[in-house]
Amino acid sequence: MSTATTTTEKELAPVSAESLAALLITKDRPPRPSALSASLTFGWRAILKIKHVPEQLFDVTAFPIMMVLMYTYLFGGALAGSPSEYIQFLLPGILVMSVVMITMYTGVSVNTDIEKGVFDRFRTLPIWRPAVMVGYLLGDALRYTMASVVMLTVGIILGYRPDGGVVGVAAGIALLLVFSFAFSWIWTMFGLLLRTEKSVMGVSMMVIFPLTFLSNVFVDPSTMPGWLQAFVNNSPITHVSSAVRELMAGEWPTAEIAWSLGWAGLLVLVFGPVTMRLYNRK
Amino acid sequence: MSPQAARAGRAAEAPDLAIETAGLVKTFGETRAVDGVDLAVPTGTVYGVLGPNGAGKTTTVKMLATLLRPDGGEAQVFGHDVVREADTVRGRVSLTGQYASVDEDLTGTENLVLLGRLLGHHKRTARERAAQLLEAFGLADAAGKQVKHYSGGMRRRIDIAASILNTPDLLFLDEPTTGLDPRSRNQVWDIVRAVVAQGTTVLLTTQYLDEADQLASRIAVIDRGKVIAEGTKGELKASVGAGSVHLRLRDPAQRPQAEEVLRLALDATVQREPDPVALTARVGSSTGDNAAEQAARALAELARLGITVDNFSLGQPSLDEVFLALTGHDTQADSTADTTEGEAAA
Repeated sequence: MSTATTTTEKELAPVSAESLAALLITKDRPPRPSALSASLTFGWRAILKIKHVPEQLFDVTAFPIMMVLMYTYLFGGALAGSPSEYIQFLLPGILVMSVVMITMYTGVSVNTDIEKGVFDRFRTLPIWRPAVMVGYLLGDALRYTMASVVMLTVGIILGYRPDGGVVGVAAGIALLLVFSFAFSWIWTMFGLLLRTEKSVMGVSMMVIFPLTFLSNVFVDPSTMPGWLQAFVNNSPITHVSSAVRELMAGEWPTAEIAWSLGWAGLLVLVFGPVTMRLYNRK
Repeated sequence: MSPQAARAGRAAEAPDLAIETAGLVKTFGETRAVDGVDLAVPTGTVYGVLGPNGAGKTTTVKMLATLLRPDGGEAQVFGHDVVREADTVRGRVSLTGQYASVDEDLTGTENLVLLGRLLGHHKRTARERAAQLLEAFGLADAAGKQVKHYSGGMRRRIDIAASILNTPDLLFLDEPTTGLDPRSRNQVWDIVRAVVAQGTTVLLTTQYLDEADQLASRIAVIDRGKVIAEGTKGELKASVGAGSVHLRLRDPAQRPQAEEVLRLALDATVQREPDPVALTARVGSSTGDNAAEQAARALAELARLGITVDNFSLGQPSLDEVFLALTGHDTQADSTADTTEGEAAA
């Protein structure tokens, strides 16, 4: 947007008192926007930020490609005989893992925004209170979609063939987006709760690594010790990756979908109110 | 109908006070950042809240703007409680903080359109209003630039522009000129005057006495979370003294003698500055005499006694002097209070 010619500071044009006065005469205020409209406006803000700082898409492009390549070739031979065999099993899982990992950046962006004055501005607006948070998550949903498309493309190049076709894949991604949206409320909470960006990253890693690795993303849980199976089989990540895997394979795993949506609902019900309480009390 | 008349019509049904607080308290851990503040701000005026860093100004403003919940006391904005009717209050106030409260990653236009949309404007009206404001604030050239590339003066302007997208009934300006060069500061003052002329009430916090003097009709002096003086500018100045005389002598050995002369001629306490040749005295406090005449008499007396004065000035009381007069301690004395405001901002 900005051109090199305007970067040097010129003499600032004077404030025009008359045109200012004319603008201030209008006292009528439009009715306040609906919850949806306010949330979408904040979503638009997230998209504008991506437009101005496209580098931030690194984590939804390069990172997922790296994940697919790394784990396919690292574990493929050992676990499934060959990388092309393994990717049939791995891709939906690694998709879930990567997108869930990317959700933690929500907490970081919330936290960096609080540091700046703009957050106070938003909090003095007479709008639906959760709109700011929902806006972040809507912008992030776009990022998750991009990550999913990138990973599927890489996967298909490597030999992944989803039997569910376009419909199955789209359903899988949709479920993943719903879950990620819900999961992100954990990060909005941490973003508001913790003081620095670094501590948000630190805590996020502590939660994300065990949660995503201790799942059925990489291997069949039946090979694990009993106590670990108990954890893995009940982990929301396991439910989501099973559901996505089967949806993309052209099946309709009712129970796993129900578990995934149930977890999503629970996460929003618990962390949504906590986030909003912190937001209002900040 | 003129805006003033419209304003008067509205004021008739609305309460006369824009802000009314009683015993407002906010604590951060052990520190009472705001410790029983009572304010009564009439509508349609600029009300100055004057105090040093850490006095509790920002914390008070944040409570009034519904950003912080008071720990005690009551606060009403246009008769609406800031806690129970927070949303109603939010609909009528705007806040411009010490720091740019716009999104630095977005351009000037994008920021104003974003806020316009959030205030309920349609896309088209939001764009129009944004363009008009940028034009009026002399930012049309920078409209497409990201705010992080703006200078300090430009940031303050876009910030204030964002606060008047909908003309607010009450505008909080929290140290709007801190860190600005004198030119930009004057321009911000012009903006404030234009805003008030259209009937908006302004609550202005500042560390600078001359800023409060230039803009405010009533001033509250706040220190360590308490209002220590309140009144019109005239009342406040009378309580402090009309001004102070600063002297620099040539010979430090003559200082005790000069001090005595000043004390008698001015009928005021004379202070020794850290500089061994400097003296300061307040004038015109109790007697009502013309400060300049008093000072002239003192100078003549010094000359008669052969005490050479290298430098002389008669100035308005500085904030430091106001503080000294009102509290008995200077603005720097309480360094712990600084950290309090830091925490409050975090």
